[in-house]
Amino acid sequence: MVLKIFFPQCCNKADSGLLVGRWIPGQNSAVVLAVIHYPFIPGQVKQYIHQVECSGVDLTVLGSWSMPKEGQEGMESFLRDLSTIFPQGQWLQLSREMGKIGFRCHVLTRDPSKSPFASQVAPIVFGTVCQSEPLFFLDKYDDGPVKMTHWQSEGREGSIIVELMKQASTPVCLLTTWILTLWTSLCSSRILNVRPMRFISSKLSTCVQLSYRTEHLQTVCSPTRATAHNHFMRKANIFVSFFVDVSLGLLLVSWMYRENRIGKLADTLVPAADYVAKELEELLQWLMGAPAGLKMNRALDQVLGRFFLYHIHLWISYIHLMSPFVEMILWYVGLSACLGLTFALSLLSDITALLTFHIYCFYVYGARLYCMTVYGLSSLWRLFRGKKWNVLRQRVDSCSYDLDQLFIGTLLFTILLFLLPTTALYYLVFTLLRLVVVMFQGVLHLSVDFINSFPLFAMGLRLFRSYRLAEGVKFRVLCEEPGTPLHLMMDINPLKVSSVVQTYRTPTYSCYPKDSWLALCKKLFLGELIYPWKHKTTKID
Amino acid sequence: MQNGDQHYSMEDETYTDIDGKAISLECQSHSGFCREFTVSSAKVSIGRVMAYTCAVWLSAYIIFFVTENTAVLSSAIIITLVGMMVRIHFVKVDHETLLIIGSLGVQVSSSYASGRESTDFIEMGKIKDIVINEAIHMQTVIYYLCILLKDPSDPEAVSSVVPLFQSSKPRLNCLVKVYKSCQEILAKC
Repeated sequence: MVLKIFFPQCCNKADSGLLVGRWIPGQNSAVVLAVIHYPFIPGQVKQYIHQVECSGVDLTVLGSWSMPKEGQEGMESFLRDLSTIFPQGQWLQLSREMGKIGFRCHVLTRDPSKSPFASQVAPIVFGTVCQSEPLFFLDKYDDGPVKMTHWQSEGREGSIIVELMKQASTPVCLLTTWILTLWTSLCSSRILNVRPMRFISSKLSTCVQLSYRTEHLQTVCSPTRATAHNHFMRKANIFVSFFVDVSLGLLLVSWMYRENRIGKLADTLVPAADYVAKELEELLQWLMGAPAGLKMNRALDQVLGRFFLYHIHLWISYIHLMSPFVEMILWYVGLSACLGLTFALSLLSDITALLTFHIYCFYVYGARLYCMTVYGLSSLWRLFRGKKWNVLRQRVDSCSYDLDQLFIGTLLFTILLFLLPTTALYYLVFTLLRLVVVMFQGVLHLSVDFINSFPLFAMGLRLFRSYRLAEGVKFRVLCEEPGTPLHLMMDINPLKVSSVVQTYRTPTYSCYPKDSWLALCKKLFLGELIYPWKHKTTKID
Repeated sequence: MQNGDQHYSMEDETYTDIDGKAISLECQSHSGFCREFTVSSAKVSIGRVMAYTCAVWLSAYIIFFVTENTAVLSSAIIITLVGMMVRIHFVKVDHETLLIIGSLGVQVSSSYASGRESTDFIEMGKIKDIVINEAIHMQTVIYYLCILLKDPSDPEAVSSVVPLFQSSKPRLNCLVKVYKSCQEILAKC
């Protein structure tokens, strides 16, 4: 097998010395971690290597590196003699001449041994470098027994902002955790946990979002440090998205409260509700006449129409009763948008739900009526044909009816059949209105979900520091001189932008359509009540 | 050239892709166990770009003449620019490279017209073999070169197939040349 040597770029220009690193078993490869410079005392080097090995790093002397400068003629023979001082199975002799780019490599083997093939070289290389952290504490600028060059000798990458944040994070985390424990204990207290409150808070998306954000903050502010990469990325993503959310929310609040726009919004709210009610009344008057040229059953039409009109009248009275308080309520509730843009959107969704509650009621009435009609019709149709639904066997069986049963059944069937167009039309109209409201709420929930789950930190890292998110490695052949071994440059291959989102998405209660399109259409046809967007209580990844 | 590689390209007219368009193959032998194959497709043709742009803008002007709405013109400009950028950055592949390094692995890379490169490296331990497969594509049977990957649990089974040169789609004569070269290297290690 071909011998492979992984050599750090920084050691390319290093002075002559001893190569230290690690052999990868089974691969016929070596990873060079550092170069110990001449002059050194072999005894001190052995002591240092032993000391580093005791702190868990797997380290051996691999060979010698020579880049002779002027005035160092005795170097070659000295380096050759080193192979006797540090006895190894294989001794590498890498050398480079000034002015040339390629190295020359010579291997002295003492005991050749065949080893089986194993896969996955690149992770082993990076794993080796990671484990060798204690080795990188000393470099050639320190006063010590050995002077080394390694990939961190030119300095570690750091940033003042990151260091300051690390210092400030501990007290801030403790404070936030304390506040959060207070808040969660308040939320789970007996007063707020009675059945009606729990039901309402599970329906209002603002409360759901609030509980969700509390959970997020608890994850971020936990005092334990994140050890695994995934855990760290999740904390960072949650923190950055929370920060962006809150800043957008504050921007929105400052814009809305600046010229009393919130007051103007509150002033338009009641007229908007009035307008919607007026439009609904006109719609009902149209249905009570001859809508789209269809001929309705006059009596049923009038009954249903008057029932719904009275309902609208009640609703408008309640709205007008509340209208003096609307501005104040909206002013205070609008302040909660400071907690984030997601809260503003959830608030908007809840306000829409409350203002269109009458549409929801109409939909339920129309759907129930239609559903009863359809079920009655199907059951009486079976009677008409002399069949019956067997509940035990869940199938249709034939059945002999009495004459009076048949007579009444047929009569009822005919009545329901001729009333069907009227109920169907009311059902259709109110279902369409309900679907419009549901679509609007769905769009708001989807955008809230997007803000919650999008990994902003991972995306920023991929765009600006792409070497921190690695998918693999890539190689490039370097031009070289004849007679030297093959030189390849190994670079980090960063993660593809499309897979960043998939890998680092924050898990969330995404609202997804509960039924497939076919099942939804079937439910609509039969008149069953639909709840198209389902909020899962458990999180999905 | 003063480097020790052998570098030669085949005559352009010999190689075509499955649609009949001319492509070129370049083989570079960096060492005894390292070879690089580059298949280049035709570059972006300026005539086609001008034709599409003129067609879009002419129709935009006609719509503007009818509706007197300037938004039509600006949207036509934006659509043309964005479409061109998306095409050269995400769609149009300039050349595809296969770098095979004995006992280390195989690197497959596509380079797009805007200069973006998308690379994938497969370790030698995962590669079972490099073969030429047949596929039925619409009404024709085409040949494609692919890498067979080993299943980690069962070394004899093939877990997945990675097709090579998917955008350039060279014909069998070009594939045979690459195949023979790769097999020489795979046999050595």
